[in-house]
Amino acid sequence: MAQEREAAIVGIHEWPKRVDRSVSALQIKARSIARALDDAGLSWGDVDGLYDAGEGAGGGGLGLAAYLGIKPRVIDTTSVGGTSYEFHAAHAMRDIAAGRCNVAVLSYGSKAATERIPIGTGGPRAAGGSWQANMENPYGSTLIANYAMVAHRHMHEYGTTTEQLAEISVATRAHAMRNPDAVQAMNDLQFADVREISVEDVLESRIVADPLHLLECCMVSDGGGALVIASKDVARGTKKKPVWLLGSGEATKYRENGGDITTSAAAQSGPEAFAQAGVTPDEIDVAMIYDSFTITVAVMLEDLGFCKKGEAGEYVSGGRMRWDHADGPALNTDGGGLSSNHPGMRGLFLLLESARQLRGESTSQVEGARLAVAHGNGGLLGGTHCGGTVIMAAD
Amino acid sequence: MANRLQPVFPEQDTEHFWEGAKQGELRYQQCNACDTVVFTPRAHCTACGSDDLAWKVSAGAGEVYTYSVVRQNRSPAFADLGAYAVAYIDLDEGFRMMSGIVGVGDPTQEVRIGMRVQVEFEPQESGEYPIPVFRPV
Ligand SMILES: [Zn+2]
Repeated sequence: MAQEREAAIVGIHEWPKRVDRSVSALQIKARSIARALDDAGLSWGDVDGLYDAGEGAGGGGLGLAAYLGIKPRVIDTTSVGGTSYEFHAAHAMRDIAAGRCNVAVLSYGSKAATERIPIGTGGPRAAGGSWQANMENPYGSTLIANYAMVAHRHMHEYGTTTEQLAEISVATRAHAMRNPDAVQAMNDLQFADVREISVEDVLESRIVADPLHLLECCMVSDGGGALVIASKDVARGTKKKPVWLLGSGEATKYRENGGDITTSAAAQSGPEAFAQAGVTPDEIDVAMIYDSFTITVAVMLEDLGFCKKGEAGEYVSGGRMRWDHADGPALNTDGGGLSSNHPGMRGLFLLLESARQLRGESTSQVEGARLAVAHGNGGLLGGTHCGGTVIMAAD
Repeated sequence: MANRLQPVFPEQDTEHFWEGAKQGELRYQQCNACDTVVFTPRAHCTACGSDDLAWKVSAGAGEVYTYSVVRQNRSPAFADLGAYAVAYIDLDEGFRMMSGIVGVGDPTQEVRIGMRVQVEFEPQESGEYPIPVFRPV
């Protein structure tokens, strides 16, 4: 299939600080939008499409446009957890191709670190009175435990080991140590050791929820950023090289009687995105995959088609996911949610680092990177979740 | 006595399930139109959309599909439990439910995927609804 090049990422900004008491979540969003527009050489008044997941007090479709002071022609408030931004990019691509808008902005802001939100270990605080909460809250399953249940089943069915999963943490930390913002993040968040780690380090870190160790879990940070997506006509006049959106896929998955917990929504969204883009996984140079936990990446590498179901443990071994390894793709070259930035919904950063790679601006730059995939996961991998896949190409 | 979080009502989908728990029954649903087993409870069949669902009582026997042992939970309701096992249980009647595993000394060592388990109804200090949990057989 011929690649359709109707829309491109033309401006990006990642809020540099991961502990920032001086700003609100909405301020992170608004100021990031301004900086992303500046990065593109576009102005506030050019924005005619607003995509927002509703995070940050007073955000959303009603609140954010008023706060920013813009009157967009397209307002999209898709909110599917951490992968909301892949969905937004997919929708912006469609809306731009249909002529509904020309300059779309996506933004994210969160104060999860300074507000001390226990995302992974908070567990249910009170039974909720919803159909799901009434059936699950009595059991005290934390978010981490939910992902850990996927890991256990993966190990049981395919013989995957913690040593193998740890390779994902090791490669990601190596990338983080090359990214000054990630190093600052780990220092500000008071990581015990800010250095490259080994498989042994991961195994020796404490278990939070069997079988997942502390060094297999993402950080909880402040942060955010913004992304500008523009039509091909606008993209030809922007400051930096456009990063083209080639294809997207969206899917959901949930607990089903007799279902396979080791397969995620990516098994549906991935093939759709690759088919639309007209590329195959073996052509991908950079894989930005939501690393909430090691197991998330393992499952998604399989579901996206980088390897067969059950073979991710072997696939990631031997440092394969490192930025400088001969065999691609490079994984989470910014340092990932594990070691650079995870304020709760990481999806935007997957697109930002993909764009940096395809512009040649990454701190772990893959030489000659031409194609990137961003795959986000929102919700719970072992329960109800959404998966969004976006394929991008260098100019 | 255990002190787990209680279900909260009014909640129309799960009310009948929890009334069953009070009577020592593990209830699930099956569609009269297409025979699909429906769980967690709701008012329509997830396979065909029919609202003609029959309530049934499970024998409460099944196996551990997967599990995790929670070592850290900041929720006060679970802070005192120590390490505890949460699991998805595949019941013999064909439905999968989240639950807890009880009756094991060290859950990090004594719970296994595929292990046969049987439901029991654990009384709660927290309220009138006993919580269905599973014990290895
Ligand atoms: Zn039916």
